[in-house]
Parts: sequence; structure tokens; C-alpha cells
Amino acid sequence: MFLSMNWIGDFVDFSGLDKKALIKNFTLSTAEVEDIIVKGEDTYGVIVAKIESIENHPNSKKLHLLKVNTGKDVIDVVCGAPNVRVGMKVALATVGGSVCGHPISEATIAGYPSFGMCCSEAELGISDDNSGIWDITDDIALGTDIKSVYPIDDIIFEVDNKSLTNRPDLWSHYGMAREFATLTGRELKKPVLQSTEGYKDLPPVDVKVKDGDLCLRYTAIKVENVQRKISPVDMRIRLFYCGSRAINFLADLTNYVMLELGQPMHAFDCAKVNKIEVQTFPAPFTFRTLDGTDRNMDDKMLMITSGDEPVAVAGIMGGDASKIEDDTSSLLLESATFDGVSIRKTSTRLGLRTDASMRYEKMLDPELCPLATERLLALLLSLDEGARVISSFTDCYMKHYPEITLSFDKKYVDRYTGIDISIDEIKTTLTALGFGLTEKDGNFTVTVPSWRATKDVTLKADIIEEITRIYGYDNFEVKPSTSPLAPKLPEKAKSEENRIKDLLVKGYRMHEVHSYIWSDLAKNKALGIETPVNVRIINAQTPDHQYLRVSMIPTLLSFAKENRGYGDSFSIFEIGHTAEGLRADGLVNEQKKLGVVLFSKKDGEEAIFLRARDAIVELCEDILHKSPVFTAKEPVYGFEHPSNCFAITVAGAEIGYLSVPYPTVKEAIDKKAAVAFFEINTNLFSAVAADITKYAEPSRFPAIEMDMTFVCEIGCVNFDTLKTVAKTAGGELLASVKVQDVYEGEEGKSATLTLRFAFSSPERTLTKQELAPAMEAITKAFEPFGLSAQM
Amino acid sequence: MKERIEQLKNEFATALAAATTEEALEALRVAYLGKKGAIADLMKSLRDVEDKKSAGQWINDFKTTVEAGINAAAADLKEAAIKAQIRSAKKLNPTLIAERELGSYHPITLCTKDLEEIFMGMGFTIEDYSEIVGDYECFEALNIPKHHPARDMQDTYYLDNGQLLKTHTSAAQNAIMKKYGAPLRAIFPGRCFRNESTDACHENTFFQMEGMMIDENISISNLIYFMKTMLSQVFKRDVQVRLRPGFFPFVEPGFELDINCQICGGAGCPSCKNSGWLELCPCGMIHPNVLRDGGIDTEKYTGFAFGLGLTRLAMMRYGVKDIRDFNSGNLKALSQFKSL
Repeated sequence: MFLSMNWIGDFVDFSGLDKKALIKNFTLSTAEVEDIIVKGEDTYGVIVAKIESIENHPNSKKLHLLKVNTGKDVIDVVCGAPNVRVGMKVALATVGGSVCGHPISEATIAGYPSFGMCCSEAELGISDDNSGIWDITDDIALGTDIKSVYPIDDIIFEVDNKSLTNRPDLWSHYGMAREFATLTGRELKKPVLQSTEGYKDLPPVDVKVKDGDLCLRYTAIKVENVQRKISPVDMRIRLFYCGSRAINFLADLTNYVMLELGQPMHAFDCAKVNKIEVQTFPAPFTFRTLDGTDRNMDDKMLMITSGDEPVAVAGIMGGDASKIEDDTSSLLLESATFDGVSIRKTSTRLGLRTDASMRYEKMLDPELCPLATERLLALLLSLDEGARVISSFTDCYMKHYPEITLSFDKKYVDRYTGIDISIDEIKTTLTALGFGLTEKDGNFTVTVPSWRATKDVTLKADIIEEITRIYGYDNFEVKPSTSPLAPKLPEKAKSEENRIKDLLVKGYRMHEVHSYIWSDLAKNKALGIETPVNVRIINAQTPDHQYLRVSMIPTLLSFAKENRGYGDSFSIFEIGHTAEGLRADGLVNEQKKLGVVLFSKKDGEEAIFLRARDAIVELCEDILHKSPVFTAKEPVYGFEHPSNCFAITVAGAEIGYLSVPYPTVKEAIDKKAAVAFFEINTNLFSAVAADITKYAEPSRFPAIEMDMTFVCEIGCVNFDTLKTVAKTAGGELLASVKVQDVYEGEEGKSATLTLRFAFSSPERTLTKQELAPAMEAITKAFEPFGLSAQM
Repeated sequence: MKERIEQLKNEFATALAAATTEEALEALRVAYLGKKGAIADLMKSLRDVEDKKSAGQWINDFKTTVEAGINAAAADLKEAAIKAQIRSAKKLNPTLIAERELGSYHPITLCTKDLEEIFMGMGFTIEDYSEIVGDYECFEALNIPKHHPARDMQDTYYLDNGQLLKTHTSAAQNAIMKKYGAPLRAIFPGRCFRNESTDACHENTFFQMEGMMIDENISISNLIYFMKTMLSQVFKRDVQVRLRPGFFPFVEPGFELDINCQICGGAGCPSCKNSGWLELCPCGMIHPNVLRDGGIDTEKYTGFAFGLGLTRLAMMRYGVKDIRDFNSGNLKALSQFKSL
């Protein structure tokens, strides 16, 4: 929103103050100013002059040779405007002057000298009209500096609309003036109004509000015999500087009042709209708004109708059929308050946001309705003497603004601020902002003014903001809190997550990546991975991203493919959230998972598979102090390898799986490279309690190590199981079992597995002979698992 | 006797000069100092000598000479051998090794860790929270009314079961207040989602870090002090902060916190649009309704909350220009972040 300091200056006396500094201060106390634009600074030496004669330019069809009277002398000016006319008063930029930064000097145009330039409104920056030069109709003496009669000099500042979301009162110059008056300690002057008291005996306007929930207040008055068509220059300049366009006198007037007081107004052509109903319409219908667009309306949208004929979308835009035309002379003037939520919904549904709807959305103060009407009448009647009010001011006040009274004491303010803001300062600030206030011994009772009561100020904490922002946060003495320190350790899962990352990055040189919580159907498809139907995002930007991911792995596989050019070998991982359908209570079964993908063009599948296995073992042993157990399992997802997929179990809990990709998926990633992956549910991982290291008194006697080689089928051996079996069969003296050698077997030779068994006793040195029965028992126990001892 | 010893001395000197290997030296040692060596012979012949004292002295002197000669020669040989070994040693080269690439952390992880350490030092607990939440946690419990624009479809990803992807880390406030009660100091970093199209400056998936401090008598003055101290730690230098009024439904008063531009220091540059200030994080005194819904006595306790844009912080810290790099999985970009 653009605001004019000249306009605000109508209500606050800025004399002696630095306006730019005030605007900067406004940022710190009220809302962020995004830009400050100084208007007119680079326009000077422009005077009012009169065209005395016109000759066609001999060398150009467009150009004219003018004799222009500057009040002192008559000079030659070459001009290309089509609308030149003898006797026309123009804005003449004289030699040595400047027009919006363009210096004016003597020039020869197509062979003829020119001692100045006749300017269009657009050239002067006061409108977008560049159709011809400015035809000045006001009675001004020739030679007068244009800036002394028209408000070309101004300071405009832009405030981000978003920062005013909760301040309906600030969507106007008058509301802003109240802030500036408070900040400068100066008086807020009232706008000039035309009281409607005198019209009360005239007949009322026929107004029926049928939906009192959506229309809080509807006021109307009728005026006739409006003759003026064009707004005065100063009004047009203000409108233009504030981002509005001058249209015609009546439309400009309603816009002007809206920008000044914040109250949107609508003028119906009285010849077409003579009575008013405010209601929703039962069936869908089409309605042409005054911008000429046909819009599909539904039964939730509040309409203004006249004799049950829709004439306006309430609070958003009038209808094309009832709009003010150039020949309109009598009008029905609407000044109403509509429900903000309803307006926002309708505006969103229609895809139509207007200056009016933006203001209504913020919950306007219903007390503005009569004020705006009185202001418009004051302007109208002073600018068009023939205009005449022909109805009483008709007021349907359906829903009053909430009357809010808040009580608090000085101690409350002190506690909240942490500093000492004096009672007098509190009183001055709140009074200047329009709050009603009584105070006794530091106890305040405050009534909230109508323009702050519709949604903004409802609690005493809201009052704190008013007091402190005007006091100025830069003026705060800053102090540490005296709150005692009670350090707390981070959540177990949270700190373990960091340890997992450290181990993978430092120990296994992996790269951490981030991706999205949804599956990417297109990328999955490229890898031949079917995306499971899962919890769905109903408003995803593309259907490809509509399903939440079940597993971390598919995205990581895509990343592996995309990074093929990065290096011969790399591993990537991510800890992220997945959604695994819904729980019994209907909420998403959300899980946190670590996904890891290893990729190598150098090492074979087995090598990186074992590397992945090592990483899992290390994660479990390092963080949980427990060894994981791997058992072959049926794949759950299509991208897992049907015969090389293993469940990872720790302390009896299955926490994840380790696998290599399904052959076609691997092919799609890279024909030559090897890929392995694992996924661990970190919620389950962290639920496993970490063992405290169990200390065993070191034996003073040497251990005996015995190697035993077994003939077996390597792929079918589960060493985790064998360890447990050996422990049971081997008795207490068996201290450890380790894989010593794996021989895959070549043609004609069977595969063998050599295990090393270590026995030790805390009491004595053992002999091989006495361990023979234990070894025999182990060998026997291994037989059912397909291992036969090689003699 | 004396002549005999002199003769032996000369013979030894010649033999010693000729002994250039360890073996020759050992043979020499045996020949002179061995049980049947020359010196032992001399000792045997001592019984035939009259002036035993003088003769014994001469033999001893000779023995000392022989021992010293052999030891010195042995030491020389050893040294020569080591020198030869050094000369012939294989040359090692520390510059020629196959590239062993280091792993890398995601830049968000690095920034998060850094902040977590700062906050742990300030007595904050670190909390984790889900990414899929309900309307209550994300809006209702944060004093965001039903019709607030933040709830519009264009901003929030809604799921088909009625839940949504959390739009801000504030969604954890309610649960954390209920979990710990007051007094409370907690931070909770997390992934957030906004349904918007992506470009170099916008991502639909990004990270924030939210913090809360609740106790008796926590004031605006404390908030300013805290934010300045904390941000000075984050930026590893003294930063200036300023508060401006800002509207967020879950705080009252709410602020936009600016820091002096870290590029120009506050003098004004294109990065800060010549204002000298950079908008960094929203913060404010926790709204009484939010405290109340979190089960906290609003007459007794006050508190402040703040939200840091972790992703933005990471972009500032590392000079990342395109926000999309973070979720790209592109190792050319991401492998650069080895450690803080």
C-alpha cells in the first residue's frame, strides 16, 4: 500500500519535523516500510503558460510550432502533442528546468529552435495520461510555478500489506495519521465532514439486510444532480501517487474516501438501483462484474440485489449493469461493513481481490460507515455545488462491534516488559491511540476503540504491544533473565541420530543428503520401482508427488543414479520421515528412518554388501553396544533382491533390512556398477536400550585357539545362528568364535568355512585334550545346519 | 718380551687396517683376544719373565690397545653399514596417494549441530517432533483462527486423512509445553513444508529451528538480551539486533528481529537493500492463549519464542545461492560440507 505524507499531513501537523525520519521510525513502531519515494524532487522550472499560436511544422506531420506566453514573454516551442489548441493553458518546462530528472535545454527539433517543452501529465509523473499535453483548466496566472499550485512534491512510502494483516485501522491515511500523531505527540485533526443530521426528514432508502451475520452494517444515501465529471487535479495526483487511477469524478470520490478513511464505498447509478437487499442467492448463477467479466457465483456468496436482481458482489465489486456511466447524475451511495471471512472466501473462490475486499478481509470497523458517508458528502458538495442529497441517511446496523474493556496494573506491564515504563507514558500512549482510559494507583481500565476492537485488541497482552511499540524497542534496557539454569540432555533418539551421522560420515566416508517426504513417481518409474499407494497429499503440485514415501531407499537409489558421474564409489544416506499407512486411530503411521545406499564401479556387489553389513554392525555395536543378527527374509518392496535380502535384528527387535537391488532396478541405476542398501528404523533403533559394557576379569591363563574347517554351502550359512549354537554346545569355556576363512570352492572342490574357536578358563591353563569333547559337541550341533567337519 | 709385544703391535695394526668386514674383525678378535689368542699366549709366557710387574703392565696396555682398535673398527663398520642401508632405502613419497575422499554432512546438519551446541550451553533441551501433524498442533493450539490465510490450501499440504505436513516448527510448541510444563527452555529443529513453487529462493521443503523459554517474569527486555547473545554466538561475532512490530498469531507482542547486515556491517549495501538491517527471525512473547492451551498458568508464567530459518542461515553461512541445491542430492554440491 502506498501512502502520501501530504495526505497524512491533512490530519497531523508535520511542520518542523523530518518526514523521512518519521517514516523510518514508523517501521520500528508500527509496520515495515518497504520503500520511500520522493515525488517532484527532480521536477522544477515548470510554469503555467498559454499557447498563443500554432503553426504546422514544415518538416514534420506530427510536430507543431507554438508561440507560448510565459507571462513575461512569448517563446518558440516545438511540440508533438496532438491536442494543442490556441488559448490552451499548458505546463511548460522552461530551459534550465527539469521534468522527472530530464533536464530541459534549448534544442533544435527538425530544424526549428525550441525553448522549452509542453508536458503531458505522464511526463510530469502525476498520472499515466500520455495521450497529449496537460490541458490546465484551473484559473492560474501565467508564469506561476506549477509546484506552487499543485501538490506535485510529496513523499510516498510503501508498506507491505502483509504486515498490516491484523490492523484494519491502518488501511487508510487517517489511520496512519493516528499512528504518526501518537509517535510525534501531535494532535490528530478530524476530517471535514458533512453531517447527515439535516437530511433525517427526507425519505429513507429502501434497504433490507436479509443476512445479518454476513452483513454487519449497511448504510445508504441518495444524491442527485451531480454535474461534475472530472476530479480536481490535487485529488487526481493523490490517487495516482497512491497507486489508484483517476476514472471519473464519482468513482474517484469513492476511491478517495476509501484511501483516506479505509471504508470501501460503492456508488450505484440511482436510475438502475433504487432499493437494496443484502442476501445470498440460492442457486448458482452468472454475474457480470463491472470489469466486464462473467463470474460463476454460488449460494455462499453474499450479494447486493435490487428487487432480487443481483447488482453487486458484496464488498468485492459492483455489477456491470448498475455501474456509474459518464452521464450518471444521481447515485445511491453504499457504505457498509461485511464479514471479513465471508469476503475472503468469496474473493478467493472468484479469484478476484480488490482494494475493497482486501480491506473487508481485515474486519473493518462498522463505525466507519457513517463517517465515510459524511466525508464523501463534504467533498462532493464542496466540489459540485449543484449536487443535492435526496434521502435520509439510512442505517441498518445489524451487528455492533465488540465492546472490550481490559483491566491491568502497572506491575503487569513491568513484568511483561522487564523495564519501568511510567504511568504517565502509558496513559499518553493509549489515549493518543484512541483507547478510553481510567487509572487509579497504577490500576488501569481501558476500553478498546471500535477500530481496534474488531479483531486486533482483545487481551491485556495486546495492550502491552501498544505501550511497548510506541515506547520504542530501541529504547529498551536489555537484561539477562534471572531464570535458573537447569540443563537437560537432548532426547536419546536425537543424540543417537547425531552419532549415527558421525559414524557414517567419519567412519564410512558417506555423504549425507536430503530429499522430499513424498515419493517421486516419475523417478521411481525410471528405475522400474512401483510407487505404493500410500497416504496422499490432496493438493500436491504435481500428481507425481502425491504419495508420501514408505521407504527412504527409492529416492536414494535415484540419487545414486544421478550421481554416477560423481565418482567411482560413493555412499549416500539420509535420516528422514516416512509414512506407513494409517494407524488404528486414523493418524498417519509416521516413522523416522535411516536409508543408506552404497554404489561402486570398482568393487563388486559382495564387497559393498559386506561393507554395508560392517556399517550396520558398527552402528549397533558402537551406539547400542549390541551386535545385530542378520537373517534372510522375504523382500517387502519390489526393489529388494528376492534372495539377497536380510532382516536386521538387535536384541530381538527387527529394526531394518539389508539388501542389494532387484536385478532390473540395478540395471536401471547402472549396468556395470554394484549397489547395496540398507534401511534402519531409527525409532526402533533408539528404543533398544544400550548395554553398559560388562567387565570380565582378564584371565591370567592363556586361551587355547582351535581352528576347524567345515564343508558347507556358503550362501546358506548363518554365522549369527552358528555362534549361538556353538555357545550352547561348547560350554562355558568357549570364549569366542570367529570366521577365520571362507573358501568359495572352485570346480571339483567344495566350499569350506574355517572357524576359530577360543577357549579359556579363569582358573587354569587348558589342554587341547580336555577340549576335545567340547569340539565334538560343537561339530555335532553344526550338522543340522548343513556343516560337516572336514577331517 | 717387550720386543715381542712391539712386533705383535705392529702386526695387529697391519691386520686391523686390512680387516674391512665384520667377519675379518671377528677373526682378528679371536686371534688376539681369544682363549688361544696372542694375548693369552703372552700371558702364558709371563711365567718365564723376571720383571713380571712390568711385563704384565705391557701386556695389559697391549690388550687395551687391541680392544680399543677392534671396537673402533667395529663401530666404523656399523656406521658404514647404516649409511649404506640409508642410501639404498626405498624412497617414500607422501604426495602420491590414491584419493581417499572424506564423507560429508548435509549443511543443514552442520548448522543444526552448531546451534544445538550453543543452546545446550544455555540450558536448552533439544526436542524432536513429527513432520505430519494435525490442524490442532499446527494452527488451533497456536491461536491461528479457522479463517486465517495461513490455513489456506495454497500454503499447506493437506493429507487425505485430514492431517497435514507441518508448515512451521511452532507446531511442536503445544506438545512440548505439555511434556515439560513450566519452567521450560527448549529448541526444536525440524523440516517444514509450504505448498509453493520452487525457485532459487523458494523451497517447499525447508528447515526451521524454533525455541521457547518460559518462566516467571520472562520479559521483552530478557528476549532482546537473549536474542542478541544467542545470535552473536551463531554468527561468531557481536551482532546488533533491533525489533520491529510483527504480527504472528501465536505471539503477543510479536516482533520481526533484524540484525545489522553481516555483509556491510550496517552501512547499507545491495544485500540489505541499503537499510543496513537484515530481517532474520520472527519472535515474540508467547501469546497467553498458546500458553494456556499448553497447560501453563498465564498469570504466573510468561515466555518468549523465536523461529530461526535454518535453511536461510545455512545459505548465508556457506554462500549457497540456490536453495534447491539442499534437496538436490547432488554430491558435487553437498560433498563440500566436511565439517563445520
